[in-house]
Amino acid sequence: MNIEILGTGCAKCNKLEDMVKLAIQETGIKAEIGHVHDIKKIMEYGVMTTPALVIDGKVKVAGKLPSLADIKQMIGGK
Amino acid sequence: MAECCATDNGNKKKTYYIPSLLISFAVLIYIFLEQGVDFLIYGILKLDKSAHLTETIRFFLYETPKVFILLTVIVFVVGIIRSFFSPEKTRKALEGKPLFIGNVMASTLGIVTPFCSCSAIPLFIGFVESGIPLGVTFSFLIAAPMINEVALVLLFGLFGWKTALLYASTGLLIAITSGWVIGRLKLERFVEEWVYEIKAGDFQMEERKVTFNDRIQAGYTAVVDIVSKVWIYIVAGIAVGAAVHGYVPENFMASLMGKGAWWSVPLVVLIGLPLYSNAAGFIPILQALLEKGAALGTALAFMMSVIGLSLPEMIILKKVIKLPLIIIFASIVAVGIMIVGFIFNWIY
Repeated sequence: MNIEILGTGCAKCNKLEDMVKLAIQETGIKAEIGHVHDIKKIMEYGVMTTPALVIDGKVKVAGKLPSLADIKQMIGGK
Repeated sequence: MAECCATDNGNKKKTYYIPSLLISFAVLIYIFLEQGVDFLIYGILKLDKSAHLTETIRFFLYETPKVFILLTVIVFVVGIIRSFFSPEKTRKALEGKPLFIGNVMASTLGIVTPFCSCSAIPLFIGFVESGIPLGVTFSFLIAAPMINEVALVLLFGLFGWKTALLYASTGLLIAITSGWVIGRLKLERFVEEWVYEIKAGDFQMEERKVTFNDRIQAGYTAVVDIVSKVWIYIVAGIAVGAAVHGYVPENFMASLMGKGAWWSVPLVVLIGLPLYSNAAGFIPILQALLEKGAALGTALAFMMSVIGLSLPEMIILKKVIKLPLIIIFASIVAVGIMIVGFIFNWIY
């Protein structure tokens, strides 16, 4: 699984990265995490609000910080 | 900049009857607040009615709970309203709209669309990319911070609904006309070239069904998010306001910010433009200044220039637009605010 965090460097974006890491750790799911800072790349996803969460190339969340439970659900854990 | 990006704390068990109960309770307190505070000060504490300190304490004890009740209720409602909007939907709505109608729509949507200035760049690119005219994009970028729900609440609470309405409508007017003027000036050449080279993808987020409970939750989230950020500014602002209310002599501000001092309007706008302050801390001070003889137009112009435009926002926008356009943008908005200031001083 490939997880990307789209963020312009805002506080919430970094928080999202930490939460995703925690979610992966707690569920034990194998995934690669990348943090995309480049605005041009972010725009390629059509996202206008950060932070955004992309899983396997699909935008799951944009413009808000999801809860840990939501992240776990999105990556397929319980 | 303070009201930024909603957090979702994941607690979804609360149901809709709790907020309705809380709101009725809040209304009840709100109605009896003045009597309660008077009873506490004159009845129980037996403070001297004519003393400066009594006036100061009374102002503080009355205004603080009042503002917080209003803030909580309105932010909650706004949070629910905002859950119906998103920048993506707003962009869709604005696509292909002609200039003037586009400006009106962009300004109005700017009020209700959740937006934080940390997203100003992707939003700007996203709008321009999908063919929304520059002027329309600017209408949105001006309205979104300028017409701020916290400011609206405070104006309503401290000055009454007329001032709140005037603030919202003049803010809209500035956003519409400034955007329209920028559109007419054909300033596209001052947008950084790379913006047009970006190939923005289509938004492909899976639409999850938003339930009624989710919207209530969005209301809670907005309250927690905003109140936890601005409460300290509000308390500080009311404390300063209370001190001014109690100790500064009547008409002290008349010569500085009064109607006679026409030059004070451009002056306060120039001072306010680069500053960014939280509307929350600013407005209670403003109320006290008004009471001491400052003119309403001057005060409103000051407030709008402080919360509507700021140096940090300009620096963020510098990444996508060139300096001449930033200067034109700031000057048009500044002139708009000054005109509003003059008009208000003239009417009242």
